[in-house]
Amino acid sequence: MSSIAVFTKASPLDALQRWLPKLVLAPSMLIILVGFYGYILWTFLLSFTSSRFMPNYSWVGLQQYARLWDNDRWWVASQNLLLFGGLFIGISLVIGVLLAVLLDQRIRREGFIRTIFLYPMALSMIVTGTAWKWLLNPGLGIDKMLRDWGWEGFRFDWLVDPDRVVYCLVIAAVWQSSGFVMALFLAGLRGVDQSIIRAAQVDGASLPNIYLRIVLPSLGPVFFSALMILSHIAIKSFDLVASMTAGGPGYASDLPAMFMYAHTFTRGQMGLGAASAILMLGAVLAILVPYLYSELRGKRHD
Amino acid sequence: MNAISRLSTAVSLAALMPLTALAGEVEVLHWWTSGGEKRAADTLQKLVEDQGHTWKDFAVAGGGGEAAMTVLKTRAVSGNPPAAAQIKGPDIQEWGELGLLADLNQVAEQNGWNELLPPQVIEAMQFGGDYVAVPVNVHRVNWLWINPEVFAKAGATPPTTLDEFFAAAEKLKAAGFMPLAHGGQPWQDSTVFEDLALAVLGPEDFHKAFVELDESVLTSTKMVEVFTALQKLRGYVDANAAGRDWNSATAMVMNGKAGMQIMGDWAKSEWTAAGKVAGSDYECLPFPGTQGSFAYNIDSLAMFKLSNADNRKAQEDLARTVLEPEFQQFFNQNKGSIPVRMDQDMSSFDACAQKSMVDFKEAAGNGGLQPSLAHGMAASSYVQGAVFDVVTNFFNDPKADPQKAAQQLAAAIQAVQ
Repeated sequence: MSSIAVFTKASPLDALQRWLPKLVLAPSMLIILVGFYGYILWTFLLSFTSSRFMPNYSWVGLQQYARLWDNDRWWVASQNLLLFGGLFIGISLVIGVLLAVLLDQRIRREGFIRTIFLYPMALSMIVTGTAWKWLLNPGLGIDKMLRDWGWEGFRFDWLVDPDRVVYCLVIAAVWQSSGFVMALFLAGLRGVDQSIIRAAQVDGASLPNIYLRIVLPSLGPVFFSALMILSHIAIKSFDLVASMTAGGPGYASDLPAMFMYAHTFTRGQMGLGAASAILMLGAVLAILVPYLYSELRGKRHD
Repeated sequence: MNAISRLSTAVSLAALMPLTALAGEVEVLHWWTSGGEKRAADTLQKLVEDQGHTWKDFAVAGGGGEAAMTVLKTRAVSGNPPAAAQIKGPDIQEWGELGLLADLNQVAEQNGWNELLPPQVIEAMQFGGDYVAVPVNVHRVNWLWINPEVFAKAGATPPTTLDEFFAAAEKLKAAGFMPLAHGGQPWQDSTVFEDLALAVLGPEDFHKAFVELDESVLTSTKMVEVFTALQKLRGYVDANAAGRDWNSATAMVMNGKAGMQIMGDWAKSEWTAAGKVAGSDYECLPFPGTQGSFAYNIDSLAMFKLSNADNRKAQEDLARTVLEPEFQQFFNQNKGSIPVRMDQDMSSFDACAQKSMVDFKEAAGNGGLQPSLAHGMAASSYVQGAVFDVVTNFFNDPKADPQKAAQQLAAAIQAVQ
């Protein structure tokens, strides 16, 4: 290589250097283009067809969306997502910030405690769902334990109550994700300039005031990242529901992702499933686009 | 085991003579992966291999076969389907319409399938008048499993009508037992619904409602009665039933915690596995009010078109082997079902299977033989899904209105047509 470079005054090497990054990136670019955007496009097309068992291309316009509109189960799933997503994101953020602030107080054994809080994130949602299914099962878990200990009147049967089962999903998801939010905010807190805090202390501000008025407002980007990641987790939640309740009792804890899978792959209603998938994509984009817009615009001003 | 080895030697001897040169490969997609089922599938593999063919096992776990169907669709779309796949009921017609299924008429003719099988089964195995699939077994869905010991303690009598059923449930409840062991999963809710429908509507209207999807029957007062009965039955199920698996429910009857379970005859495999004997440790009764009717769930292997002649030969041998009496006996004794051959010798089967076979033959003659809706035999998976949604929603809502549920049922079925 080097000898060639010497003889030809390095021009092929230059060309190679210019092309190498593109060459290396090309395969993954291609895979993403086809496997990701290509299939999004295909799903979009399928949502306008009468596809049932297998894909077909007889055009039916917006009929699948109209059927989705009339489908009770879809509305249950969508409302569940709003309720689940809202509570999950809100509670995870509050607990995560609280833990991060407490851990930021230069306490002993911080690394150890941090690891404990972060570990649930290392589990897959399937494991979390199964474990919480057992814990929350009235005949098996917390409910039975407390009654066996003597609290005879104790009832905690949310998992089998169609009106409350969504809260069980929230409990399990918060348990899994709040440690992660804590880690994000802890990293943010460590990046805050100590001199600002000291200046505030000199001015006589109390600790809660310092955090609420000065430190946390400066963590806007961290807050946005956490919000983005959590809303992704909420919208694509499938494994948690599948392992914890399988959508039950009835379809009381159905989520859009479960709905999509059931209709596309097991019920042979591919068109309807594709329509629901596109609506889910729309929900993600509705969150993503304003965020990206503000981010990119921010960059230009820098 | 003896019968099997004798059969395999016979088959291999027979196979040695004309076809030693014609060794093909047969790839079978199935979800017979749990204990007894796995043993049964292994036997089929051995019988096929003894004929000189190569068996390529394509087992995709997941009880209901959902995962297997997803894999099969992928393979079929890419133009590389397996030789045979476990497909049943109206789905066979769906695959037939795609033009992917092979014609088995020659094997059927040589082995006299037309005489062996009841007409309802033949119809299900054919697409456009050609055999495209081979039936493996017959499950009966309308069974009631009871623990006689619990019944004796509670002073209840085994029920034969719906009224007696609710009376027995009341007695069991009064004696402190859980009357009905049930798992709150959509397919189990629908299994119970279907048995009640068969009891209240009778086989003729059952057929009109769930096979012909006749709206006047779906919204009739009889259908409202079915939902009312389902709501009443709900009162005898414990609060913790949601999400419970069917075999956990069977275990509750077995342990004497609960008195009854409404489930198809695959429940028998649980009793058998626990070493219990039909007639003494447990009793199987046709679901009260459905005596003489037989809601069937038939497993079958559909055959896909192949280009290689040797593989095609292997596929035909597989189809033939599945209906051989020895395989039928071994497979069905392991799975709890009954053989699909009408001429099968039932002497080595247990009492429940023998009763099932007698009822099967009787029902095949008088119109009592009806496809199970909850198990995808009566209507397409779209209709099945729509019914599941309505039934399971009704079952889990204590304030639900039966009148409204019947309307919803008809509307949901209408919407997926």
